[in-house]
Amino acid sequence: MEKEGGVNAAENRLRDLLVRGLAGEAPAYHAFLKELSAHLRAFLRGRLTRLPDEVEDLVQETLLAIHNQRHTYDAGQPLTAWVHAIARYKLIDLLRRRAGRDALTDPLDDELAVFAVSDTDAADARRDLAVLLERLPERHRLPIVHMKLEGLSVTETARVTGMSESAIKVGVHRGLKALAALIRENDEDR
Amino acid sequence: MKTDELISMLASGAEAIVPGAPRRRYATALSWGALGALVLMALMLGVRPDLAEAARLPMFWVKLAFPSALLAGALLAAVRLSRPGARSGATPVAIAAPVVAIWLLAAVSLLAAAPGERENLLFGATWAACPFNIAILSAPVFAVVLWAMKGLAPTRLALAGAAAGLLSGATGAVVYTLHCPEMAAPFLAVWYLLGMLIPTTIGAALGPRVLRW
Repeated sequence: MEKEGGVNAAENRLRDLLVRGLAGEAPAYHAFLKELSAHLRAFLRGRLTRLPDEVEDLVQETLLAIHNQRHTYDAGQPLTAWVHAIARYKLIDLLRRRAGRDALTDPLDDELAVFAVSDTDAADARRDLAVLLERLPERHRLPIVHMKLEGLSVTETARVTGMSESAIKVGVHRGLKALAALIRENDEDR
Repeated sequence: MKTDELISMLASGAEAIVPGAPRRRYATALSWGALGALVLMALMLGVRPDLAEAARLPMFWVKLAFPSALLAGALLAAVRLSRPGARSGATPVAIAAPVVAIWLLAAVSLLAAAPGERENLLFGATWAACPFNIAILSAPVFAVVLWAMKGLAPTRLALAGAAAGLLSGATGAVVYTLHCPEMAAPFLAVWYLLGMLIPTTIGAALGPRVLRW
């Protein structure tokens, strides 16, 4: 019962943060991702016991996926179900790439399991996303670097890069998707 | 890059998301796809010359209703399968009901017909061309619906691909009714369904490859 109560509290708090984040409140969205990352870390660590070095990489890949697909969250839907489906998809995708090297140690079907656990102790990621970011074409990389890393506004980024404001918005959006694709390709080549 | 840095990067300047993206995406995809199928039908096959007369017969509307109902069911399935963790709900029923209905109608019509008539009710004059024509007319919708799905987040890729295929097959079949001269329920129950199942099967096979994200 206690576990269920904690899950419900986490669900309500996280959903509130995400809904505010989707409405454009960046601090709420930051808090959402921060708290979510701890749940994802504990959830994935419990299921990747034979690949402990890959946990943080997968946490990052899942966070990027959640950000890139955040337009598919429907506020009427339980957040647990949505997050669990994405985390499960990314986990199975990784295990498929590592076929034969790891078997699932825990069943994956319990949606509530995602928010039941939390772990803020981040290990170092093995894959450096900053390095992958360097490989993106300029039209994607510059908007991400100026807007998302240096915190410039769209107008300022447009002035610095000489790109149009709409090209910058598109560049951030497509660039983060391209980054997710790059993670997969890079991983398959290993 | 540390995870906290990634989080700050993702949250920094994150703009508001306009709700209803899946619906809008499917509306755009279906409009363009259906337009493509209509143009393809007009160029390749032509509208049946007696369309105005046929439209006065109840069977013409049954013929239109069968793929239209499947289109609605497949659209529901495709939209749900595009969103992680969405429940399937009544989707299987919405897809099965039109098929069961047309099979019942076909059975009744075969039983009521004289034995010598049955072959004609089942095969008509165009059985060999019908499934392929429907499959070809489904191609424009197939392409745009896969595009719509790829911009969302399907997590069961074979099933999502099959739903995209069925949606395109049903749209192709709706458009094909404007050309097709057949008016018998047994014909629809077999050849129309077969035509719609061609893109469905292709979608199920392609899904895991093309829908990954």
